[in-house]
Formats: sequence, structure tokens, C-alpha cells
Amino acid sequence: MDYFIELFFGGLTRGSIYALIALGYTMVYGIIGLINFAHGEIYMIGAFTAFIVATVLSIYGFPLLAIVVLAGLAAAVWSASYGYTIEKIAYRPLRHAPRLSPLISAIGMSIFLQNYVLLAQTSDFQPFPELIPEFDFMEPYASFIGSSDMVILVTTAVVMIGLTLLIKYTRIGKAMRATSQDRTMAMLVGIDVNRVISTTFVIGSALAAIGGMLIASHIGQINFYIGFIAGIKAFTAAVLGGIGSIPGAVLGGFVLGLTESFATGYVSSDYEDVFAFSLLVLILIFKPSGLLGKAEIQKV
Amino acid sequence: MLELNGVHTYYGNIQALKGISLEIRSGEIITLIGANGAGKSTTLMSICGVVPPQAGEIRFRGEPIHGLIPNRIVSLGICQVPEGRHIFPQLTVQENLDLGAFLRTDKAEIRRDLDYVFSLFPILEERRHQPGGTLSGGEQQMLAMSRALMARPQLLLLDEPSMGLAPLIIRQIFEIIRKINQEQDTTIFLVEQNANQALRIAHRGYVIENGRITLTDTADRLLSNPEVQKAYLGM
Repeated sequence: MDYFIELFFGGLTRGSIYALIALGYTMVYGIIGLINFAHGEIYMIGAFTAFIVATVLSIYGFPLLAIVVLAGLAAAVWSASYGYTIEKIAYRPLRHAPRLSPLISAIGMSIFLQNYVLLAQTSDFQPFPELIPEFDFMEPYASFIGSSDMVILVTTAVVMIGLTLLIKYTRIGKAMRATSQDRTMAMLVGIDVNRVISTTFVIGSALAAIGGMLIASHIGQINFYIGFIAGIKAFTAAVLGGIGSIPGAVLGGFVLGLTESFATGYVSSDYEDVFAFSLLVLILIFKPSGLLGKAEIQKV
Repeated sequence: MLELNGVHTYYGNIQALKGISLEIRSGEIITLIGANGAGKSTTLMSICGVVPPQAGEIRFRGEPIHGLIPNRIVSLGICQVPEGRHIFPQLTVQENLDLGAFLRTDKAEIRRDLDYVFSLFPILEERRHQPGGTLSGGEQQMLAMSRALMARPQLLLLDEPSMGLAPLIIRQIFEIIRKINQEQDTTIFLVEQNANQALRIAHRGYVIENGRITLTDTADRLLSNPEVQKAYLGM
């Protein structure tokens, strides 16, 4: 039973990170109908930014809490500026082009960013500093949930509640919902649609960066390629939950994380990806719109 | 109030407007009638900046507005109820109305306008917490018009408000259009295929064919014009 609980929490932790990244995919898709393949790279850049800032700050002897907060902030802001810029230079000029063009542009961006980090940071794994200490009050539960798992779960929960409130109650949130449901009409009520789209990229990128920092500290190493794998997994989570749906992305993340965790624990870690993608195939066959997605009727 | 001068608009390589010129004076109801694909909706989308014109000029109160982005044009007081109503389907009636007042900050006045649209269309108040997508066609048209009124426009552009509605509802909608024009002093530019109804409430009218204005006159004279009767009034 202990082993089951351990796997369960491991799965939740994994799922949280997938969910954080999947939110970026699903929000962008909801607003402009584009799969932003460069999103995984934003997450990777977030992890690297946190890595650099944390390393520098620890040289200057900052306390751990200050390091975590500042590194997280720096990662979120820096990744957000990447997300903003990518949208501006790679997607906005293609706004009225056929759907395939921005998709190819996104793949190009992804390859460009991977190689740019590869050149800047080499392909070696860098040891990532442990940013989250072992808390004393977590001691009794240490056999099935570690301190960093707990921090990841709590952070994800807080971020998701914050995002839900933002979308439901704020002015920009209303503008985002309106734009995703009917872009032309959003323009006609006076919403600056380009600003809404930029904001969506900024929020999605900041979430991915926070996810990047948390998981890098949890696993303990990073390199230029982590964004590709995490990106594909998070994309799978978004599709599982129903792309375009925010609760769907969260649910998809948890379902995927738990599946992988149990598959690794009870079968073999070699089968982790096999189970993850088999699940994707099954969902696509039996419920193509995803767990919480709505079937889209395409008029031709 | 609004002036179009030689407006040319393209969709890709297809030219939809081939030099449209027209004028709308303050307080008028002007109608633009024409067949499917003549360029009626494109004219409205060009005015609103959603499909910006390639050539020509559009002036609102003497100031050029072609080249402005849509939200700037809305903030000047031009609002459109587009063809097909474009209700935000998953937002409630109340949220749809709130979005109509998106650019306004005068809370007390917004409240007053909300009461006003509920007095025009009491059914909307009953349904205010229902998602917009669950309303009937007629109710959606009422919601779309109310949403535009929530912006307190000086110029209201209406694209085919009668489309797909029952005759009784159509009569009600046209009655309200006249009422808005008189009570709120809102200038109205009405695009219609239902030329008969439109000309009955309008002061003047324009006829558009293949992206060009071919005829303009007072509404009464257009109603009795034999060519208009033959082509658009089914007589």
C-alpha cells in the first residue's frame, strides 16, 4: 500500500508539471487555434534562466528562499519575454495565412531555440542546484512524498486557482474568453485582440518557466533537450484533456502523470512512454475531442 | 457624420468593394440594400476596420478613421451588430452585455443602459444567467443589438437583423430600431436584404450592386422606383 501511495504522489507531481506546461498549449490553441511547438523550448529556457540566476545568487550567498523566489521570477519574466517575442515575429505575420504556415513556423522556432541553447550551453547535462530543502515537518511522510513533490503540488494548485480566477473575473480574462469564442466579435466590442493574444503567450510562457524551474530542481539536471520531451508529453496531456479546455489540460496532465508513474512502478520504467502514448492513441480513437473537449463541428 | 469616399476593399485577390461612396448624416436611418455578395457586409467590416480598405477614405465626424484598428474605431462610437449575430455562445447573457460595455468605465451609466436594454427586451432579463448559445434566433438578435447598445454608440451599424427570423419578430426588431433612433438619438446604418421593411423605416437608401453604389434616393422614392421594385421588392 505504501508503494502505491508513493507512486500516486510521484504521479501527481509529474502530472502537475505536465499540467503547467499543457496550460500554455491549450490557452494558445483556444485563442488562435495554433499548436505552439516552441512551447517546450520556453519551458527549457525557463529552467536555464532559473539555473543561471540561482547559481549566481548562491555565489553571492543569498538565503535559499530569496534564491528560489528571485530565480522563479527571473525565469517567468525571461520566458514570458521569449513567448511574447516569438508570437510577434513568428506567428503574427502569419495570422491570415493558411493554418499550416504558422505550424511550420512554430516547428522552426522550436528547432532554432534548441540549437541556440545547445550552442550557448553545450549538450552536457548541467547539475541543477537543489532549490527546495527537506522540510522538518514533512519528515513523517518522507517515505511516500518528498518535500519538493509537496512544493510542486502546492505551487501548481496555487497557480491554477489564480489562473481560474483571472480568467473568470478580470477584464483581461473576459477579453480572453471572448476572443477564444469569437475573434471577429471580440474586435467589434472593442477588444484589442492582438494584446489579448500577446497576454496569452506571456501567461502560458510564465507558467511553463515555473514548471521548468520546479522540475529541474526536483530531478537535478538540465540540458537543451528537456523541452522537447516535456513539450511532447504536455502536448499529449493537452490533447488527452481536450485541447482548448483549461480544466482539460489540468486533468490530462494528472491522468498522464499517474499513468506513467504506475506503469513505471508496476511494470518497468522502460515502458513509461509506451503507456503514455498508448493512452493518447486510445483516447483519440474513442473520444477524439479529449476527456473534457467539445466536439468541434467544422463547416466547409 | 460618416462619409465613405471611393472605398476599395479586397479579400485576398478578390475585390469586394469597387469604390464605394456614401454619406450618413447625424440622426438618420440609412439603409443599404443589395443582393447576396454585392458587398453589403464588406462595407460594414471596412467601416469597422476588421477588413481595412486598400484605397479610399472613411471619415467619422470629419476625422479619417480608415487605417485605425477596430478597438479604436469602437471607442469613437461606432458599433456593429454583425450578420449572424455573433453571440459569445458560452458566455451568459449578462456577460455578453458586459462585453458590449468593454471600453466604458462609467459604472453608473452602464447600469442605466442595462436597465434600458432590459426595458426594450424584457426576455433578456429573464435569461440573463443563461449561456448566449442557448437562446433562440430572435432572442440572439435582441441580445446582439442590446450588446451593441451597451457601448452607447453614436452610429449603430446593423447587418441583416431580420435574417432567419419569423415575421412577427422581424416587425418587433424593426420597431425597436426606429425607437433606438428616436429615443437615443442614435444614427443607424442598416444593411438589409429585406428591402421592403428596411425602406419603410429608413430616411434614405443606397443600392449596391457588385461592389458599386448604383442608386441613391430618399426611402419613399426608392420604394416607388420601378427598378427597385422589380429587383428588390419582388413586385
